[in-house]
Amino acid sequence: MKFGVVVFPGSNCDHDTVYTLENILEQEVVEIWHKDDDLQDVDAIVLPGGFSYGDYLRSGAIARFSPIMKQVIEFANRGGLLIGICNGFQILCETGLLPGALLHNNNQKFICKNINIIPDNNDSAVNATLNKDKALKIPIAHAEGRYFAPEEDLSKMRQNGQILFRYCDESGVVSREHNPNGSVENIAGVCNELKNVFGMMPHPERAADDELGNTDGRLILESLIKSFEEKRVSSYN
Amino acid sequence: MKFIAEINVMPLKALLDPQGKAVSNSMKNIGFQEIENVRIGKHITLEIECMSKETAMEKINEACNKILANPIMEGYEYTIKEA
Repeated sequence: MKFGVVVFPGSNCDHDTVYTLENILEQEVVEIWHKDDDLQDVDAIVLPGGFSYGDYLRSGAIARFSPIMKQVIEFANRGGLLIGICNGFQILCETGLLPGALLHNNNQKFICKNINIIPDNNDSAVNATLNKDKALKIPIAHAEGRYFAPEEDLSKMRQNGQILFRYCDESGVVSREHNPNGSVENIAGVCNELKNVFGMMPHPERAADDELGNTDGRLILESLIKSFEEKRVSSYN
Repeated sequence: MKFIAEINVMPLKALLDPQGKAVSNSMKNIGFQEIENVRIGKHITLEIECMSKETAMEKINEACNKILANPIMEGYEYTIKEA
């Protein structure tokens, strides 16, 4: 599988993402500068974490209009696989490819720690092969991660299986006490209606290397790769 | 004609504004018992060259909806005057 990792000015998880996909998951990876106009025939695009454009105005608001985003949006609209992690999730919400928005954490602090998330279903490429009863330990690192969407959007998302992950405790119980940032319904990740565009605040690429003592994030990326290889989830290529 | 717009972008009333809440609480702590419901947003000024005030306002609405404010979480209002 061939991945493209988009690099914006201020991206800082691009190298972690490339390292994890290339060295640990043994996939082909190309970096795509945000001013490029060629997606290089990739099978999936990752918008990595970081502080694109210094988070000026709102996180992701300016990166959303970077030159490459025109092609990225067309790629997604043709059914291509697109995943945004952290700042990448914020960018995808700003484009409107994903419903909702990411607001300042309810405690107004930058939170950087391991949290637990649980797959809400097995309906999407990124959670298809995960155990629905087992919490995954994944790090978060954000100041603007409080997911919000109006109730009418949320009810459609619930019905359509668009909620990918929720914050929970170690045993997988979803509760207010284990909601790190005040996200509505503990939502940590969502996808679009067609289930080819994914966004999540936790960083699976930071929890993939044995050396770091936590490899739960690898399961999420492996799920995406397996889904692509077995089911050919992308209709684009 | 050149116009100057002063735009206020505010978090929607229905949403928690943690900055505003923290400042509200500190107001009480420092003796401003009569102050409450502080809400904090952004103030943006810009200059715009247009044939008329009407077209300038159209452009500003477009810019606010496209990038300056995110309607899911923010509302905006502005005043405009000749520079």
